[in-house]
Amino acid sequence: MLARLGLEPDEEEFYSEQLSGILKHIDRLQQLDTEAIPPTAQVVQVSNPLREDVPRPGLSQEEALANAPATVNGMFRVPSIQEEA
Amino acid sequence: MTDLTELTINEAARHLRMGSFSAADLVTAHIERIERLDHHVKAFLRFTPELWEKQADEADRKIKAGEGGPLTGIPMAVKDVLCVRGVETTAGSKILRGFRPPYTGTAVSRLFEAGAVMLGVTNCDEFAMGSSTENSGYFPTHNPWSLDRVPGGSSGGSAAAVAAGEAIFSLGTDTGGSIRQPAALCGVVGMKPTYGRVSRYGLIAFASSLDQIGPFTRSVDDAALVLSVMAGNDPLDATSSDRPGKEVLNNYGGDVKGMRLGVPREYYDVQGVEPGVKAAIDNAIKVLRDQGAEIVDVSLPHTDYGLAVYYIIAPAECSSNLARFDGVRYGMSEVDAPNITEAYMQTRRKGFGPEVRRRVMLGTYALSTGYYDAYYLKAQKVRTLIKRDFDEAFQKCDAVISATSPTVAFPLGAKTQDPISMYLCDVLTLGGNLAGLPGISVPCGTSEDLPVGLQVLGPQWGENLVLRVARAYEQASGVKAEVASIV
Repeated sequence: MLARLGLEPDEEEFYSEQLSGILKHIDRLQQLDTEAIPPTAQVVQVSNPLREDVPRPGLSQEEALANAPATVNGMFRVPSIQEEA
Repeated sequence: MTDLTELTINEAARHLRMGSFSAADLVTAHIERIERLDHHVKAFLRFTPELWEKQADEADRKIKAGEGGPLTGIPMAVKDVLCVRGVETTAGSKILRGFRPPYTGTAVSRLFEAGAVMLGVTNCDEFAMGSSTENSGYFPTHNPWSLDRVPGGSSGGSAAAVAAGEAIFSLGTDTGGSIRQPAALCGVVGMKPTYGRVSRYGLIAFASSLDQIGPFTRSVDDAALVLSVMAGNDPLDATSSDRPGKEVLNNYGGDVKGMRLGVPREYYDVQGVEPGVKAAIDNAIKVLRDQGAEIVDVSLPHTDYGLAVYYIIAPAECSSNLARFDGVRYGMSEVDAPNITEAYMQTRRKGFGPEVRRRVMLGTYALSTGYYDAYYLKAQKVRTLIKRDFDEAFQKCDAVISATSPTVAFPLGAKTQDPISMYLCDVLTLGGNLAGLPGISVPCGTSEDLPVGLQVLGPQWGENLVLRVARAYEQASGVKAEVASIV
C-alpha cells in the first residue's frame, strides 16, 4: 500500500513467496557484529559543494508541461484530492 | 575495402581524417547493417535519424576543415536511461512511454560536443534492474554470438549493438555490474568509472549511491578515450568529483612490469563459476605474469555478504527514486481515475513490470519504521566492511583481477523464474559498486564458443591503472573484441 503499486490479491501471494526467499538470503547479515562499524551512505568522500546563488535559466512553463498527460490552465491536472461536500 | 562496421574508434577516425570515407558513409553502413540484422539481435528500441543526419553533416564539415577530433563522426548508441533532448527516453519501461526529455544529460552532451553521432536508443532491463535485458518492458535483446542466449544486462542492448557491428561504441550504466557483465557476455570492452567520475545529470536514477555511466567499445584505447571525454566535474551533479577528468589517461599506455595484481581467492573460487571461465581466467593471469606482473593472493572476506547488502541498498534507493513515477508530470497516466490514490495505483500497476515491483516492495520494506535498523542501516554498515576489504587488498596490490561473470551467456528464460539465481550474475561485479571502484571487463577468450570477460578493479580514482592492466593484457594476448557475424 505504501508503495502505491496496486497489487491484485493473487499477485500478493506470488510476490510474498519470492520476497521471502530474498529476505532469507539477506538475513545472513545478522551474523556479523557491526556494533562498532560506521555506516557508509556515500562511498566517495565529497563535502557539500556550494555554488553562487545566482539566477540561471530553467525550463519554461511550456517545456515543463510538454510531457504532462493532462494539463489545465498551465498546470498539471490530477483527479480531485478531496470529495466534494 | 574495409568493413565500416568492424572498426574501432581510433581506426575509423584515422580513415575519416584520410578521407577513405565520410561520416555520412559511416552512418549509412551502420544503418544498413542494423536494418539487416537488428530484427535478430533487437539491440535498439528506437532510432534517431533527426540527430544522425545533422551530426554526420556537421562532422564531415569539421573533418574537411581540419577541425575534427578523435570522436568526430563516430556512430554511437545510447542506453535508454540517458536523457537526450527531444528523443523518447523510457528507461526500458512502459511507464515512461512517450517521455521526451526537455534537456540532454551531461555525459551525452560532452560526447555530442566532441562530434559523436547518435544512431539510436538501446534496450535495457526496466530501470536498469536486471542481468539479462529480459526485464525490458518492450522485448528481450539477443546475444549476437548465440541468438538464443541473453546478452547480459542491464545494458544488454548497448553491449549487443557493439558486438553486432551496429555501433562503434555505446553508453551504458553500471549499478551492480550492468556495464561489465553484458560486456563480458557479448565479448566487448565495458568500463565502469569510479563513483563520481562521470556526472549523473540526465541519468534516470536507479540507485543513486551506486549508479555510474560508462562506455562499451572494441578496444581498451577506445574505452579510455570515451571515458576521458565524459569525465570531469559537473556542477549539475553534486556527487561529481572535481578531480580532472583527463587524469584517467595518466600513463595508461604503460606495461605491467613490476605491477602487483591481486587475485582475491573468494572471487577466484566463487560459487557457480564454470570450469571454462576459470580456465580462461587462469590463462589471462598467466599472460599478465609473463608480461612481468607480480600475481599476489588477496582476500575479500566479506564477499559472501555483498549480494545481501546490495539487495537492500539498491532497492531502498530505487523505491525512493521511483516514487516520482506517479502519472502526473510525464509518461503513462491514469489521470481519469476517480481519485488521486487510485490514479497513482493504476498508473504504477500498469506501468511497472515484475522486477521493478519486487524491488520497490523490498526497498519500501527495508526503509519502513521498525525495519530500518535491521535492514538499511545494517546494510550500510556491512558496506563499510566491504569497502575496507578492498582498502586492505589495495595495500597489497595495485589492481584486482577476476572473472567478470561466473558464467558465459545463458539461454533466454533460464533464470527468469528465480530472482536469486539472476542476482548471482553480479556477484563478482557489485562489490566494485558498493566500494565505488573503477572496473573494466575485457574479452579474454571463450568457453563453449561464448565470450569470457576478465575484470580488472582498481582503487578509487585509479582508472588509469585499470586501463593499463586491461590494455597490457589486450596487447599481449592478442584477444580482441570482435564483431559477431550473425546469420
